[in-house]
Amino acid sequence: MHEAPDELDTGARRVTITVNGHCGQHAVQPRTHLVDFLRESLGLKGSHLGCEHGVCGACTVRLDDTVVRGCLVLAVQADGRRVETIEGLSERGSIRDLQQAFIRHNALQCGFCTSGMLMAASELLEHKPGASREEVREWMSGNYCRCTGYQAIVDAVCEVLASRRVGAAV
Amino acid sequence: MKAPAFSYARPRQLAEVLALLDRHRDEARLLAGGQTLLATLNMRLSEPALLIDLQGVAALRGLQLSGNTLRIGAMVTHSEIEASPEVARHAPLLAMAAPHIAHRAIRNLGTFCGSIAYGDPAAEWPACLLALDGVVVARSVAGERRIAAKDFYTGLYTTTLEPNEMIVACELPLATSGQRYVFDELSRRHGDYAVVGLAAGAQLQNGVLGKVRLAWLGTGSMPQRSLATEQVLDGQRLSQAVLAQALQTLRAELQIEGDLTHSPAAKQHLVGVMLKRALHTLTQQPALQA
Repeated sequence: MHEAPDELDTGARRVTITVNGHCGQHAVQPRTHLVDFLRESLGLKGSHLGCEHGVCGACTVRLDDTVVRGCLVLAVQADGRRVETIEGLSERGSIRDLQQAFIRHNALQCGFCTSGMLMAASELLEHKPGASREEVREWMSGNYCRCTGYQAIVDAVCEVLASRRVGAAV
Repeated sequence: MKAPAFSYARPRQLAEVLALLDRHRDEARLLAGGQTLLATLNMRLSEPALLIDLQGVAALRGLQLSGNTLRIGAMVTHSEIEASPEVARHAPLLAMAAPHIAHRAIRNLGTFCGSIAYGDPAAEWPACLLALDGVVVARSVAGERRIAAKDFYTGLYTTTLEPNEMIVACELPLATSGQRYVFDELSRRHGDYAVVGLAAGAQLQNGVLGKVRLAWLGTGSMPQRSLATEQVLDGQRLSQAVLAQALQTLRAELQIEGDLTHSPAAKQHLVGVMLKRALHTLTQQPALQA
């Protein structure tokens, strides 16, 4: 056989991942997805696991500069890359207005979906500052909420879009 | 659920990828965007021994225009296509279809070629590839093979790819002046699986339809062209009589299967509605100024 035996080794690999600005080396098994790694190995419990097959959006995090489903990325895939979770995004302060708007509009009840909602909305605020309500609904349609009926979430995102537009115009 | 145990490799050269794939064949799975693969692993619908991550292979990245061809590398994501001015100009059908694919977070990682390889009958890209007469560029240790879109799918999630072969790119002819396109899809919620969808193209000269292409998604076990209906429309002006004949031909021609939410009869009705709308749009919209 010409097969190198270690090609099928399922054991842990050394990876270097920058999480919320902190670069660290970790050992992870190939089968571990990014959110299990963040929650179990790093204790970052802000990213939630709902469906674990890419449907609900509760696990949304940033990989390099774009939002992804944390349950549909392996931790080994993030080797050499940057990850940002809701903890990092909150600390940066760049979505403080969005978080305040969520509170004002009661855009959360149990809070399970909220970190994913905020991650998804943060990319919308950056990429589509002129988004209409319909575009907000489309953009956020990949994130499930079982409490709010979505209206309050969309209201909150739309309000921040509007207030940032006013801010940008001044 | 959690994925079963598997091994992982991240080669930097295409030759290494092909060698690994040749050694492990069906035991290996290629990991491009992983937006279908990871879900099937988590649900344990798939238990490969080895994942070969393609992210380190520079040769598989990027969109390229050369001559009258758009080449979409294996690692090009849905979001890259959605944001590309070259795609909007030279392959407008793709720009129209991209927003229908899942949701932003998934479009940021999922790839065009991954969708082509997986061959979900309800997916957008396989129908676009068919409508545009695209070419799948496949590689193995034995060399390169170019497969016409119409020959690529053989059944449900089944393609002509060999176990040691991978898609390195897809190539699409650039849109020519006077070309028109429509992409339409019905789904229960934005980003959900299509109930039915249509990728269509045509030319219109003095009101006469030509080069009509109708490729359907969500209608059966694989994406399908409706060639007889295209022939009914080619060389005709759109009229009530032509439309009626086209609809009758379409109903006879399409092999429609139901799904969890829609019966074949419901889909049969919906494809007719969709064809009517598409022909209306094709004959009303301004032609491409290429």
